[in-house]
Amino acid sequence: MLLYTLKRLLYVTPVAIGVSIVCFLLIHITPGDPLSAILPSDAPLELQMQMRAAYGFDKPLWVQYALWFWKVLHGDLGTSIATGRPVAAEVLRAVGNTLILATVATLIGFTLGTFFGFVAGYFRDSWLDKLASFVSVLGVSVPHYWLGMVLVIIFSANLNWLPPTGAGPDGSANWRPDAEHLRYIILPALTMSVIPMGVIARTVRALVADILDQEFVQALRAKGLGEYGVFRHVVTNAAPTALAVMGLQLGYLLGGSILIETVFSWPGTGFLLNAAIFQRDLPLLQGTILVLAMFFVALNLAVDVVQTALDPRIERA
Amino acid sequence: MSAILEASGAAPERDRGGPAQPLLSVTGLVKHFGGRRDWSGKRRGMVRAVDGVDLEIFKGETLGIVGESGCGKSTTARLVMQIIRPDRGEILFDGEAVGSPALGLQDYRRETQMVFQDSYASLNPRLTVEHTIAFGPWVHGEGRRAAVARAHDLLARVGLAPERFAARYPHELSGGQRQRVNIARALALQPRLLILDEAVSALDKSVEAQVLNLLLDLKAEFGLTYMFISHDLNVVRFMSDRVMVMYLGKAVEVGPSDVILKDPRHPYTTALLASMPSMDPDNRTEEAPLFGDPPNPIDPPPGCRFHTRCKFAAPVCSAREPGLGADLGDDLVHRVACHMADPSSGHPGAVAAMERP
Amino acid sequence: MAVLSDIRIDTVAPLPARASRGYWGSVLRRLMRDPVAMVAAGVILAIVLAAAFAPFVAPGDPYKGAMLRRLKPIGDAFYWLGSDELGRDMLTRLIYGGRLSLFMGVLPVACAFVIGSTLGVFAGYVGGWVNMVVMRVIDVFYAFPSVLLAIALSGALGAGITNAVVSLTIVFIPPITRVAESVTTQIRTRDYVEAARVSGAGAFTIIRVHVLGNVLGPIFVYATSLISVSMILASGLSFLGLGSKPPEPEWGLMLNTLRTAIYVQPAVAALPGAMIFITSISFNLLSDGLRSAMAVRA
Repeated sequence: MLLYTLKRLLYVTPVAIGVSIVCFLLIHITPGDPLSAILPSDAPLELQMQMRAAYGFDKPLWVQYALWFWKVLHGDLGTSIATGRPVAAEVLRAVGNTLILATVATLIGFTLGTFFGFVAGYFRDSWLDKLASFVSVLGVSVPHYWLGMVLVIIFSANLNWLPPTGAGPDGSANWRPDAEHLRYIILPALTMSVIPMGVIARTVRALVADILDQEFVQALRAKGLGEYGVFRHVVTNAAPTALAVMGLQLGYLLGGSILIETVFSWPGTGFLLNAAIFQRDLPLLQGTILVLAMFFVALNLAVDVVQTALDPRIERA
Repeated sequence: MSAILEASGAAPERDRGGPAQPLLSVTGLVKHFGGRRDWSGKRRGMVRAVDGVDLEIFKGETLGIVGESGCGKSTTARLVMQIIRPDRGEILFDGEAVGSPALGLQDYRRETQMVFQDSYASLNPRLTVEHTIAFGPWVHGEGRRAAVARAHDLLARVGLAPERFAARYPHELSGGQRQRVNIARALALQPRLLILDEAVSALDKSVEAQVLNLLLDLKAEFGLTYMFISHDLNVVRFMSDRVMVMYLGKAVEVGPSDVILKDPRHPYTTALLASMPSMDPDNRTEEAPLFGDPPNPIDPPPGCRFHTRCKFAAPVCSAREPGLGADLGDDLVHRVACHMADPSSGHPGAVAAMERP
Repeated sequence: MAVLSDIRIDTVAPLPARASRGYWGSVLRRLMRDPVAMVAAGVILAIVLAAAFAPFVAPGDPYKGAMLRRLKPIGDAFYWLGSDELGRDMLTRLIYGGRLSLFMGVLPVACAFVIGSTLGVFAGYVGGWVNMVVMRVIDVFYAFPSVLLAIALSGALGAGITNAVVSLTIVFIPPITRVAESVTTQIRTRDYVEAARVSGAGAFTIIRVHVLGNVLGPIFVYATSLISVSMILASGLSFLGLGSKPPEPEWGLMLNTLRTAIYVQPAVAALPGAMIFITSISFNLLSDGLRSAMAVRA
């Protein structure tokens, strides 16, 4: 098992390096002078010269990459043009909020999704299946930022039950699990949960239908195993894949939270990205994306390892 | 139209080596799969699918190759067909080495063709039957119209009326019909040697009989030579002039089919024949003719590969590997890879066995 | 050796004497029997036609606004679906908006289909280390969540429709390449491909005649399932201000500019998103139907 983990780690490392290269190149695909991407245009000349030397813009590309990479490894993700604060600090602060939101959303999505998926798969081709499948297609097809707006219209503007934006009263910068903040997370999490719900429902439906089709289930029934026993078998067989999908969905939500966070002004990494884009704050953009992408890579690796650990059929070489 | 295809296989200008020259002569064929290299660079842990096989097929005959799953017969077929590259070994077709300037791969492909086992998987589901058959000739430069016309003619030859079958798709045919299409496709390039790799194994018995009879007709009509691979001994008996028995990547017995299948000399062949259930209820199999598990092709037993399951195993059997011995038969060559057949081997049963008629 | 030719070969189960339907013919037939897919196809057709013939179908001018008549509700005598924050007719803007939204949704997938299939089939057929190198590079892009990659590329390239289409194309190339490579690798080992090789055909001929026909189908169906995602992403980019720019009518952009209006005319503000939703779900249902029609194979 350990060997497998190490092998996967080895396999993932070049991908991670590739990811960092792509992030690095982001600055260089912007039109214009790369320096204008990291410094405000009215910066004093000496500062400009300093930055030029520090980032090595006059040196060949791979040298620049090496310099940048070296800085990253030391935790220096550059300085935000807009706020002047180190990017790393900003990102770290925001990541917590996004993680909380994404986790809650994934859990909701997973619960609902497994429920719908199970119903659909168990009662395949019945009206229950069609209904549950339709709900899951809905989940995958709805533009979640629009759904967020609709929910805000219904629950905030009209019914005034829930706050429309923010993570806490008076625009608090961080969400905490206490009574005041609870109301603030409901709408964003619900909105965000729709996509994982759709994906997981479809996956689970396919899994359950597949397992029930297999001959060993018929054999179990022929041997007299009751429905509950069959159910347990289905669950144990479907669990590894379903959990893997859930893990991946968490990763997608982490990376793709920008739209929801924009709608709800949730102070997470997505909101940070939005600000970075609008202020053309490329160090912030680059740093945030790097952190999020690395999170995703690490998450994928974790899911891979856990799934292999749980599934006895996969060969560990 | 039919005149083009008449007796093309026996045309004198294609027969370069003369009647005495074997059409196919294979020596020392070796193919190992997989495995890792250890610190000294040697490969270890590989599957020794084919581990030194010699065979000859004479012009106009049918050589049957039998053996259980995993003995290497399909791999041998693919090696002869050059679908897989052999690790070692030489293949001579009508006296010329395959891949040499005298006989390039492209030319060899016109001389040898193969019919696969899975009739459905060997046909492109998107092509009509006539296009599948016409593909080969078209690739070799024949015009589209001519190639399709040839396809129609071949369809008629294999018993499928072109006006009904030419424009059909594989999924609209039965298993036996598909296999006929495969045979027609193989014949489209006018080969002299046809390799049939379990070509009838997946068919129902009645259909199988029809296809086998078709194969015999075609062989006579076109003067073909067959390499017929099967695990079904009855079918092999029906089709083959000579038989080669394979076990774990090596040939263990070669000889005329009626001789081998009535009076086998190798213990494995005997066991194979004995495991065929008899139709006679008084003739029940009381004892399993073979004991032990089939060994691992990754790590074959030392010495004779069969000795772990052989009733007559002696100490010499695990020490030395017996080669395909000298000619035992009178008419066609009959050779056995067993110490018992070799009086000089030191096997206690050798002398007694030699005294058999 | 007995040679029996008198067992007459069977011509069993005669099929009616009409030309056999090809593969796509039978798929289409099956698809037409699927009511859900047909409704979805109809909806898409309606939207596409309306967008294509917008000048003839729409009641007004999408750019002309009247500040005095802004944010009228749905059912207004003048503006059937209300008016937006600058007084422009919503119905007209929605119909015209279909043009850009559909364009930005479908074009990236189409481009990615061409590029991704080429890459994937090539990598899948050649195999070996070429395959490994190509797929690893693809893995790097796959390592980004799609939304993040789209935003990263768009953010770096800057706003604008062209940039958005470029970044979305890049986002969709990896999944399509993966599917293409996977399917090609499966087909490559099929017996009929081996038989084609044995017939002496060269690689390009084999790919053209035997591989492509069997491979493009599944890739195409997969690509259609990506259209709905692409539309949502494209509109999302516009929603963030990274795609189309005002005053262009485009559903995502409209959703953005109408955000502040949700307290005044919520129904009107929600309309553009509803259009995205309807189009997206129709594409999904159609794609699902197509997949089912293809899955029932003999």
